[in-house]
Amino acid sequence: MKKHARTYGLALLISALAEAQYPSGDWILQKIDENIGSDNKISHSLMIIQGRRGSRTVESRSWIQGDEKSFTEYLAPPREAETKMLKLGDQLWTYSPSTDRTILISGHMLRQSVMGSDLSYEDLMEDRKLKQMYDARVVGEEDYDGRACWVLELTARADNVAYHSRKIWVDKERFVSLKEDRFAKGGKLLKRTEVKDVQRMDGRWIPKKILFKDMLKTGVGTEFILNDVQFNADIPDYIFTKASLRR
Amino acid sequence: MIRFLFKGLIRDRSRSLFPVLTVVIGVILTVFLYNWINGAEFNFIDSSARFSTGHVKIMSRAYAQEADQVPNDLALVGVESLLDELRNEHPAMIWTPRIRFGGLLDVPDAQGETRAQGPVMGLAVDLISATSAERGILKLEEALVRGRRPQNPGEALISENFAHRLDVRPGETATLISATMPGGMAVANFTIVGTIRFGVEAMDRGAMIADIADIRAALDMEDAAGEILGFFTDFIYRDPLASGLAARFNAVYRDEPDEFAPIMDTLSSQSGMGDILAMMKMFSGLVLAIFVGVMSIVLWNAGLMGSLRRYGEIGVRLAMGETKTHIYGSLILEALMIGALGSVIGTAVGLAASYYLQAHGLDIGFMMKNASLLISNVFRAKVSPASYVVGFIPGLAATFLGSAISGLGIYRRKTSQLLKELEA
Repeated sequence: MKKHARTYGLALLISALAEAQYPSGDWILQKIDENIGSDNKISHSLMIIQGRRGSRTVESRSWIQGDEKSFTEYLAPPREAETKMLKLGDQLWTYSPSTDRTILISGHMLRQSVMGSDLSYEDLMEDRKLKQMYDARVVGEEDYDGRACWVLELTARADNVAYHSRKIWVDKERFVSLKEDRFAKGGKLLKRTEVKDVQRMDGRWIPKKILFKDMLKTGVGTEFILNDVQFNADIPDYIFTKASLRR
Repeated sequence: MIRFLFKGLIRDRSRSLFPVLTVVIGVILTVFLYNWINGAEFNFIDSSARFSTGHVKIMSRAYAQEADQVPNDLALVGVESLLDELRNEHPAMIWTPRIRFGGLLDVPDAQGETRAQGPVMGLAVDLISATSAERGILKLEEALVRGRRPQNPGEALISENFAHRLDVRPGETATLISATMPGGMAVANFTIVGTIRFGVEAMDRGAMIADIADIRAALDMEDAAGEILGFFTDFIYRDPLASGLAARFNAVYRDEPDEFAPIMDTLSSQSGMGDILAMMKMFSGLVLAIFVGVMSIVLWNAGLMGSLRRYGEIGVRLAMGETKTHIYGSLILEALMIGALGSVIGTAVGLAASYYLQAHGLDIGFMMKNASLLISNVFRAKVSPASYVVGFIPGLAATFLGSAISGLGIYRRKTSQLLKELEA
């Protein structure tokens, strides 16, 4: 009995010592947010959506201010061109030029796919800093795609986040989340993201190519390519108004 | 002999009244339940066929595998040529293309912004063309509650409950938000020209019916359709015929490697329908078996009591030289006469009750609030030729079994002790 107690105590001690060698989860999240976060940014991106009948490329330009406001205009393909989306806080509107309608996207629609991709409206709306949304715990170290990573388990601080928990692999040197598994409250894996290309831009490490995979759908996933991004750009206020949807 | 036994039954009411009443009650319940189950089965098949499965349905192989999710990105293409082919090769059937779609129906305010919205399950059918069979298949004229049916492009119907929820009146515009066949965002305006109530909870919750040409344009599905439905012209589903047709059709495409090649399914092979129908048939058989069993036990008991009461009479008949087999036979014949009489009365009453429920139905909508099966809220019995004879199975079988078992006691009587028994 005493022998078992000693072994158990030793195991606990080793585990505690090992954890003590890791940086804190909150510190890593802060580093991630510092790397990618910006007051304002303007980006140009492509989504390559692989379907059973072929692939389509959706091109868009986005204006983002803090974590509350964003405006996206779709540029291609022709059928989706000039469709616009405006996010203000937790509300999302879409404007369709063919019907000249501004429509509020809410409720279960937020979980629907955007343009047939593996991204949901909730994914697109999620601009808040990770540290604001999750409690983090470092659970180990692993190599991912040839890069040394911290492995973190994140648990949502509140109910109003799209994914209740996440497991993320964070590049130790660049503080970029290279892989994420995103889970529902019941523990079901809902989405996986894998960063395929990271580049240095404006003194930051930016994930240029991300593969999003909706784990509830068949298919190979959606490739998200960030063509261009301008940090701390000057964005006029009128961009983030419903009137700009019709412009 | 029969006349003699009949007189005995009429004059000695204690011999006939209780057994006849037992048979009458059993037969009434059998006939009524048989017709009720028949009606439920017909209701289920008819509603499912009209709104979802057809008697046969053609989809692409890929679509068929995920049909419950309505994957329009996997829909059939080249639909017009396939329809021409089907109409040429199977002219005795009605063939019609459909697109099922899900999404959001959004109602604008005066500024064109969202006033109300709700999730919608849509059905696109040929509503407008002069040769459209769908108006009859969906019984649109009967289902119309307010407004009129679509006559021009860009017009649609929504369910009355949904219209109330969204506070939309005929003549107002609503915007459908859905997904195009390639996966993009589909947004299209429709004028709601009428509201409908099919009396099928799963359809009445949040349905939209639009012309297939409009939905093809909105969902980027030129010459495509999720499904092609085939119906027998008399709208009676015959599984062997449908299965034969499906087997012949599928044989043509068997060696086609394309996952978008067409495949034909019968009504009974879709969404577990076959299992449900088999369960209904089994339940129908079970009802008959239970009534035969229960009535046999009751009548056996009545026979035993009758044997005790008629102990002396049977003893005298044996003493007079009547054979045991003859007495046993006459008891069974008596029982069959009681069974026949009870079956006639029971069938008449059971049929009367069934005809009443066939005409008026019973609204069980309050039990169907969250139902996903396509079953009409009004349950009706269905009287068929078999309804006239089904009651005779338990009526005659139970009386025969009851008297045959209880009458066996005759063979245990000993002629040597008859006089002693009669003296006592």
